[in-house]
Amino acid sequence: MKFVGVTSCPTGIAHTYMAAEGLEQAAKAAGHEIVVETQGSAGSDPISQDVINAADAVIFAHDLPVKDIHRFAGKPTVDVGVKKAISDGPALIAQAVAAAEAHHANPAAAAASAAAVPAGGLATKVDASASTGTQIRQWLMTGVSYMIPFVAAGGILIALGFMLAQVALGKNGAVDITAYDINLPKDLPHSIMHSFNPVSLTWWAALLFRVGATAFGFLVPALSGFIAYAIADRPGLVPGFVGGALANATGAGFLGGLVTGILSGLVARWISGWKVGKGVRGVMPVVVIPLLSTLIVGGLFVVVLGRPIKGISDGLTSWLNGLSGGSAIVLGLIVGAMMGFDLGGPVNKVAYFFGTTGLAAAGTALDAPQLKVMAAVMAAGMVAPLGMALATTLRPSLFTEPERENGKAAWLLGLSFISEGAIPFAAADPLRVISSSVVGSAITGAICMALGPTLRAPHGGIWVAPLMGNVFGFLIALAVGVAVMAGLVVVLKSNASAKVAAAA
Amino acid sequence: MSLITEHQVVLDLQGPDRHTATRTLAETLVADGRCTDLELFLDDVRKREEQMATGLPGGIGIPHARSAAITTPSLVFGRTTGVDWGAADGPATLIFLIAAPDGGGQEHLQILAKLARKLMRSEFRQALLEAPDATTVVDIVNREVVNA
Repeated sequence: MKFVGVTSCPTGIAHTYMAAEGLEQAAKAAGHEIVVETQGSAGSDPISQDVINAADAVIFAHDLPVKDIHRFAGKPTVDVGVKKAISDGPALIAQAVAAAEAHHANPAAAAASAAAVPAGGLATKVDASASTGTQIRQWLMTGVSYMIPFVAAGGILIALGFMLAQVALGKNGAVDITAYDINLPKDLPHSIMHSFNPVSLTWWAALLFRVGATAFGFLVPALSGFIAYAIADRPGLVPGFVGGALANATGAGFLGGLVTGILSGLVARWISGWKVGKGVRGVMPVVVIPLLSTLIVGGLFVVVLGRPIKGISDGLTSWLNGLSGGSAIVLGLIVGAMMGFDLGGPVNKVAYFFGTTGLAAAGTALDAPQLKVMAAVMAAGMVAPLGMALATTLRPSLFTEPERENGKAAWLLGLSFISEGAIPFAAADPLRVISSSVVGSAITGAICMALGPTLRAPHGGIWVAPLMGNVFGFLIALAVGVAVMAGLVVVLKSNASAKVAAAA
Repeated sequence: MSLITEHQVVLDLQGPDRHTATRTLAETLVADGRCTDLELFLDDVRKREEQMATGLPGGIGIPHARSAAITTPSLVFGRTTGVDWGAADGPATLIFLIAAPDGGGQEHLQILAKLARKLMRSEFRQALLEAPDATTVVDIVNREVVNA
């Protein structure tokens, strides 16, 4: 096996080096490799991050705090006083072997489950010896596992808010409730902070909706931040979170969050590896790495990626407007596919705004074509979370434990037209989930336009059914798309796991 | 100047305790001008011993300090019939007093680091245990540590 170690002692001239020697001798005798960083007064050559990443376990034999300990985050660790390495190096090597084996025995659980957080820190992830493809998947899974609670908490609060609003305000409730906000100017009637009334159901609905929406605001930042954490450990968190918030602000959605997460992790890891003077080393983790990595990631994202995203949105909008006069079924197919593509990202937003802008144009006409488009947009936007919920119910073995849990919440989120319920699945396995979602949503959009249900509400999902014309048509379109998508996901994922099994 | 001369070898070091033994060893540094203030240096060594005794398994004691009283990084070697140095497995027979200047240039500290690593080698310790005279001790240290 490969180990890394750190030794230190109060004076820094004797024990530090004897301990290093003790570990090196013991490792060699047992047929292992070890690289020891002596944090003593003769100066220490930091072990390169690549060597640390490749190590099976870490041994700290120290009487002083380990410098830059974050470099070793997530590694199985043996932590003892310096004398132990001098008096009994072989025992420490044996402990390190045991710790590494325990860690290797269960890396998948550690990667997938936020519940597996050890006492020492946040869990990742990532088996450094795995192939590049596997590592990228483990990065994404780490981000997803930390994002899921935000999806569940935020999504369910929003859905409950809609349900209560329907009860409190009648059939337009799920629409009207969105006028409420936390802190509006005092003279407006919808400010929760100023006017909350504990005996009024409306205010509770407004509160649930807004708190849920706030939780949702963390969805992309948490995804991005913890992907970066999986790559670079703690230095990745700041650029990752800020990058994710910028992905939100630029409308880049969760696909933008995947980009900022991976970019942040790589940049932070790169900067962490710089060889710097002793004076600067102390401020690297708290000042230099977060400052530079955030600037680089934020700057790149806004300046380099922001404009193309805006360009794509504008282009798609005018393209959709051009299609309005043509075949209704083709239009349904296209807006459906767009809704299912990036689940709240720029493409999805273009289709959604195309639908809601039509609402205003439709005026009070009962059978305006724009109302059919809105129905198609909403039905298509419900397909991805419902499709994944169905897939996790049909074939739980294809999904990780947190994904199965998320699948249960996805039923409610899907019924509430909260497409984000599918993001955890899409972020973990973009190609298979997004392609299935695009096909399923497109079919739902097309069937919807063919059957012609109408809708005058911009959101609310099943809770605004009272506002629909031809609810039956809406439900048929939805059911077909969900079934198609769930089937596709199951087939694609089964093929993938069969391939893995064959290769193993 | 080298790490150790024949003056810094005490083959018949007497107890009765580690403080007295350390004083005997440190006096050789004062005589050669390697230490300018005996009491200050002994005080620094004692502070280190109080943090944790420096006796190690295998009959080794390594009293040591970085001290403003020290002008040259130095090793003093003492051999005893057994002085308690706080190790769990019994009294120490080989004593290495390591003295480093407070500011210490990197190069000198590197040599002390190398010495510390050598102390972990049983063949090095055995050679010192069996050395017939002070000249041999100095030769061994120079060969294994300074010129290695």
